[in-house]
Amino acid sequence: MSLTLSRRDLARLITRVENSERGAQDALSALYADTGRARVIGVTGAPGTGKSTLVSEMARVYRQRPDHPLVAIVAVDPSSPFSGGAILGDRIRMRDLAGDSGVFIRSMASRGALGGIATATSDVVDVLDASGFDIIIIETVGAGQLEVDVARIAQTVIVVESPGAGDEVQAVKAGILEIADIIAVNKADRDGVNQTISALQSALDIAPPSFHTHHQRPGLPPPPVHQPSGDAVAWQTCIVKVSALNKEGVGDLLDAIDQHQAYLHASGEGEYRRLQHVHSNVEARLRDLLLRAAMQRLSRADFEAILSAVSQRNLHPAVAAQKVLDSLQL
Amino acid sequence: MSQPDARESSSRSLRILIAKPGLDGHDRGAKVVARALRDAGMEVIYTGLRQTPEMIAEAALQEDVDAVGLSILSGAHNVLLPRIAEALRVRGMSDVPIFAGGIIPAEDIPALVQAGIAGVFGPGSPIADIIAFIRERTPIRD
Repeated sequence: MSLTLSRRDLARLITRVENSERGAQDALSALYADTGRARVIGVTGAPGTGKSTLVSEMARVYRQRPDHPLVAIVAVDPSSPFSGGAILGDRIRMRDLAGDSGVFIRSMASRGALGGIATATSDVVDVLDASGFDIIIIETVGAGQLEVDVARIAQTVIVVESPGAGDEVQAVKAGILEIADIIAVNKADRDGVNQTISALQSALDIAPPSFHTHHQRPGLPPPPVHQPSGDAVAWQTCIVKVSALNKEGVGDLLDAIDQHQAYLHASGEGEYRRLQHVHSNVEARLRDLLLRAAMQRLSRADFEAILSAVSQRNLHPAVAAQKVLDSLQL
Repeated sequence: MSQPDARESSSRSLRILIAKPGLDGHDRGAKVVARALRDAGMEVIYTGLRQTPEMIAEAALQEDVDAVGLSILSGAHNVLLPRIAEALRVRGMSDVPIFAGGIIPAEDIPALVQAGIAGVFGPGSPIADIIAFIRERTPIRD
């Protein structure tokens, strides 16, 4: 197995894509037909749960498998909302991967996106996929309860928890746990790990098996899993105990990912999720283009007049937006 | 048909690698610089302590950085910094400017410049000088 691009060219293409530089969209359009081959895994969780260390260890263990898959890591850290700058520090925890030319690590700043990944992350994943990487691991920013966009890209989502991070009520709140296909309880060498696992387990026991709730969007047919074919049964979110720092349990985590991938394939849910991902992807780009088109057609003076009317409370923001839309004459 | 980019951006964030080669564990200076560059709107990839020249060059390549900043207080700068410049050169990255900070005696600077270290910023250097150095040497790519 080898890459279709030199590592230097790959890195430069990623930069062009990340910045939407001239020619980037043509390159993305050209390589799109070669995407869809990689296994894409999302890793998310609160700051300090050990995501970077775990991702590094996952990559190292993948590389030891008999087929030596090529592994890419996309590690997202937050941009400062004030300066726009960022400190991307995920590589600090990934030094075990140094010297392995079968691993490619790219840090990305979130650049204002609020869903835990950057707007361009899905395009960067496409570039890595088409370049020949077998496994792509996306590490999100330290995520709380609403940063769930990684579920719009990844096939398998791992939520990382660690001991002492909140009680059972935290676990049943809406948000990040709902997107978990697998929960990795990291730092399993620490006190309190069994309490954490039992709190998470009872939260999972309350919820029905988590099939496609987080991927489902209105306007699409019901997921195929509602009529299971053959032996397919709904996926039950599982909990895996790991200690990434001590290199323990990560093989079990990779086995759980294998099982989830097999489930996606056998049940038809993989296909369904793909459709959902495409839906949200096209919708997001349409939203961008419409906004851009609206702003181009509207003169600055007209727009400022509308804003002024809204700020004086003569016009409701929703009515203002409708006015702008009407002026587009779609 | 060529579609316009949906998210065409006019401003591009500079990406800077900040690394600590060698064995000393004093990373306060590196962190201060990283933080200042972040506040100047740059994206700083910070690799942490005890990086070999190969690790630094490989990170610079994968991250496609616009400049590489090295902090070294161990006294091994005359050996390590040229090796890093060479490791970047063999990867086709001789156009990426390298700057260094830490404890570097003035008499060592000419040889380091000769070896490809374009800027040396000792203790007390104003952060603004480092930012100006980066901005001057990183022309907008097409």
